[in-house]
Amino acid sequence: MRTHLVLGLAATLVTTGVLADVVAPGDVVFVEGAVEAPLTGVRGDPKAGRAVFANRKQGNCLACHVNGDLAELGFHGEVGPALDGVARRWSQAELRGIVTNSKMMFEGTIMPAFYIDSGYGRPLESFAGKSILTAQQVEDVVAYLLTLKEE
Amino acid sequence: MISGRFLIVLAIAAAGAATAQDDNVLVVEGAQLVTETRAPAHIEHVGTIYSGWRFRSGETQVLQTDDFENPAMIFVDQAMDLWDKVDGEAGKACASCHENVAQFAGLRTRLPRVKNGELVTMENLINACRTGRMKAVPWKWSEGKMTAMTALIGLQSRGMPINVAIDGPAASFWEKGREIYYTPVGQLQMACANCHEDNYGLMIRADHLSQGQSNGFPTYRLKNAKLNSIHGRFRGCMKNIRAIPYKEGSDEFKALELYLASRGQGLSVETPSVRN
Repeated sequence: MRTHLVLGLAATLVTTGVLADVVAPGDVVFVEGAVEAPLTGVRGDPKAGRAVFANRKQGNCLACHVNGDLAELGFHGEVGPALDGVARRWSQAELRGIVTNSKMMFEGTIMPAFYIDSGYGRPLESFAGKSILTAQQVEDVVAYLLTLKEE
Repeated sequence: MISGRFLIVLAIAAAGAATAQDDNVLVVEGAQLVTETRAPAHIEHVGTIYSGWRFRSGETQVLQTDDFENPAMIFVDQAMDLWDKVDGEAGKACASCHENVAQFAGLRTRLPRVKNGELVTMENLINACRTGRMKAVPWKWSEGKMTAMTALIGLQSRGMPINVAIDGPAASFWEKGREIYYTPVGQLQMACANCHEDNYGLMIRADHLSQGQSNGFPTYRLKNAKLNSIHGRFRGCMKNIRAIPYKEGSDEFKALELYLASRGQGLSVETPSVRN
C-alpha cells in the first residue's frame, strides 16, 4: 500500500514535470531567441523525436514543413521553411529556442510555441495550462533536427 | 543517390505548382461568376481577392458547375418542400407570406446587416419569421433545415456581387469583426489572418489554404457530406487551433461574418458552393 502511494506520487511528479531537473515553461532562459541549457537532465533521443515530429497530435511539424527524411509520409506543408539540412543552418541552442517558443526569435511568426503553458487566449479546456510538447519531447525533437544534415 | 535527389527536386517542383490559386473560370449553368477581383480598399495586405473555388482541385471544382452534379442541390430541394410546409401555431408556411422565393434575389449579397441596432444574418431573419409570424419553434443555427433554407434563399442571389454595408450603424460591428480576425487565440496562438491572409495559396499538410472567403456559404463539404454554415466553419477552425469556439449565432461570430463578407466585396455569391 505504502509502496503504491510512493510510486503513484513519483508518477505524478514525472507527468506534471515537477522533477527538479525539468525546466518549467516559465523558467526557460532565452538569449536572442536561443536556449543554451537543456530543458531536462535526459539527453534528447532523435528516434523518439522523429516520432514526435511526425505525430499529428504532438509536433505535427509536417503540417507546415517539408522534410525529406520523412518522405514516406505524404503531403508535407509549405507554410514554413523546408527542414532538410536544418542542422547545418542552426545550432542546438537556436533549435531549442525555436522549438520552445519561436516567437522569441521571429516576431509575429505563425509557428506555435511548443513549450509554453500560459499567455494564449481562449484555450480549449483540455489544453488550458498545458504546453503542446513536454520538456523531454522538445529535447527529443531538437536531437532529431540535429540529425537533418543533408540539404 | 542521384535518383533520390532527383525525386526530391521533383517533389518540390510539384509542391511549387500548387502554391497559388489556379486560373480556372467558374461557369455555373452557363453563367460566368466572378471568382477574382481587386481587393476592397479597406483590406491592407491583399491586392486581389479570390473565391475559395479557385483553390480547390479540378474534381471538386467541376461539381459546382452543373446543378445536377452539385450535391448541395438535394438540400435546396428539401428547402423548397419546407418553403410550402405549414409549421407552427399560426398555421403558416413561408409561402403564406412570400409569394415566391425568387423575390429574395440580392438579399444574400447584403447580409449580415444592421436592423434595429442589431446585426442580423440570414439565420436570424429566418428564425424571426418562424417565431414571429409562424409561431413555430426556431431552428438551430446549423441544423439541416436551417442550412437548407439559407442555401435556397442564398441561391436566389447566385452570380450577384457581395455588397455588405460596413459604414454607419454597421461600423462598430465591422470593427469588432476585424479585431477578432487579427487576434491570435488557442493553444496554437493563431489568428484568421495567419493562415488566410499571410499564407493563402500554400499547402498546410494536404489542405490548400484559401483566403477564407464566405461568398459560397452555406457550402457543401465533401469531407462531411452536408451543408455547412459559416458559423459552423468558424467553430471548426477555432477547434483546430485548440481555441474555445464562440457560440454559433453569437455577437462575435456575427461580427466576424460581417467582416469576412466585407473582405469579399465584389466576388459573386456562389451559394451553394462545393468544397472539400
